[in-house]
Amino acid sequence: MSQYKEIANYLVSAEEERREVPKVTVSLKPDLTVEEAYLVQQEIVNRKLSEGRRIVGPKMGLTSFAKMKQMGIEEPIYGYVFDYMLIENGGKVRLSDVIHPKVEAEVAFVMGEDLEGPGITGAQVLAKTEYVLPALEIIDSRYENFQFTLPDVIADNASTSRVVFGTSLKKPEQFELDLVGATLSINGEIKELGAGAAVLGHPAHSVAMLANMLARKGDKVRKGDVILTGGITAAVKLNFGDIVTGKFDGFGEVSFTVTD
Amino acid sequence: MTSKIEEFARNLAEAESTRVGIVPLTSIDSELTLKEAYYVQLENIKKKVEQGQKIVGKKIGLTSLAMQNLLGVDEPDYGHLLDSMVVENGGLISTDKVLQPKVEAEIAFILKKELRGPNLTALDVLQATEYIVPALEIVDSRVKDWKIKLADTVADNASSGFYVLGGKPVKVEDANLELIGMAFYKNGELVNTGVGAAALGNPANCVAWLANKLSEFDIPLRAGEVILSGALSAAVEARAGDTFTARFAHIGQVSVHF
Repeated sequence: MSQYKEIANYLVSAEEERREVPKVTVSLKPDLTVEEAYLVQQEIVNRKLSEGRRIVGPKMGLTSFAKMKQMGIEEPIYGYVFDYMLIENGGKVRLSDVIHPKVEAEVAFVMGEDLEGPGITGAQVLAKTEYVLPALEIIDSRYENFQFTLPDVIADNASTSRVVFGTSLKKPEQFELDLVGATLSINGEIKELGAGAAVLGHPAHSVAMLANMLARKGDKVRKGDVILTGGITAAVKLNFGDIVTGKFDGFGEVSFTVTD
Repeated sequence: MTSKIEEFARNLAEAESTRVGIVPLTSIDSELTLKEAYYVQLENIKKKVEQGQKIVGKKIGLTSLAMQNLLGVDEPDYGHLLDSMVVENGGLISTDKVLQPKVEAEIAFILKKELRGPNLTALDVLQATEYIVPALEIVDSRVKDWKIKLADTVADNASSGFYVLGGKPVKVEDANLELIGMAFYKNGELVNTGVGAAALGNPANCVAWLANKLSEFDIPLRAGEVILSGALSAAVEARAGDTFTARFAHIGQVSVHF
């Protein structure tokens, strides 16, 4: 078995058994590089596909300038959302399904056509976008204390765990997406807020960057992909009983409840 | 007590005209009450009005939980806007007119009806509002190094400096104030984002708070006044050469140069 596959199994077991594990860069491979981390992620994706899971779309992470500065990185990261991660708007996130979840408010893009990098820009993304919609993403690092290095989090499928998509789809030209305001409330109290520009200056830039990053491995953004562009708000820890509501200007609300 | 208020008012007025920050008033008199601090503010405003300046509106400060936590308070404060504080959209502020300026992006309300507290709500505010526009507020402290406690900033006219209105006038029914998004740029680079809800959950809540608070001093908000409702994101330091722009959903943008 390749070492990448071994690391992939280590992380998938942690996810399936809902337990936090030491970082890969501590336990299995201290010299894991970013390129190798994406190979581990690919092993995880392959394994899930072989088990009959379906990809909903890629997602972007570490998309705020503040977070990038904090981690000392120049570009964000990506991972993949699978069908089993979807939760209905108004539905429940079960704590027994996850490890130490956090939530953030995001804008998602549904692609109307393929986008093949390199050299893709935000304007091209908007021209090929079928719809935009609001989302709440539940991230859940498989690592102890939600702490990791850049290669660790890439290998861990960018902490992807659950997603609640909103049910109001809009055409992208109806909005200035960088100025869409969003609030994230728990039990009626606003915890975090922001505007679309918090995502790499404009959520469409995030999709463009994704297409350009995927091009490096000969891949592309595909028609029908539903793409999470990254947090407009900072992530908030979830607790039992929380009623979580994201309000998005012009998009309505997305909500879920945290149960045991 | 009156002499203390007059003396503190003189200290602040002198700091403003000489551009030399003073030690916090609360370090001279740790007992300085909020009420007294407001009377210090009113004393200086009265003098400026006697000298021919005109009150054109009010501003609300400390509207974010972050700022309230920083100063250890649980309510906002307010100051007076004078005609001498107005800067045109895209205009220039000379750094020798300020001590230690910071810039904040806000939503401004222009009133068409008088608002006289107490017991007013956001709904009263919305009904009394002619339109809203985007604003930049240049806050400045006459207290050295911004070492302010609540009473210090209140006495200092809530650290008011200048303000700029921009964008286009929009009726309150044409935007959801709570969710108006804002992106704030310094020299073309994004520094932070915000949304209307950052100001006490809704900027109209801030104006209602102000109208109710002012009823303690028997002061109404008047038709035609400009009300700066409170910052939607953290204040950013300004130096000579800097340009600030805030872009808002629905209501346009506003900028200023130093």
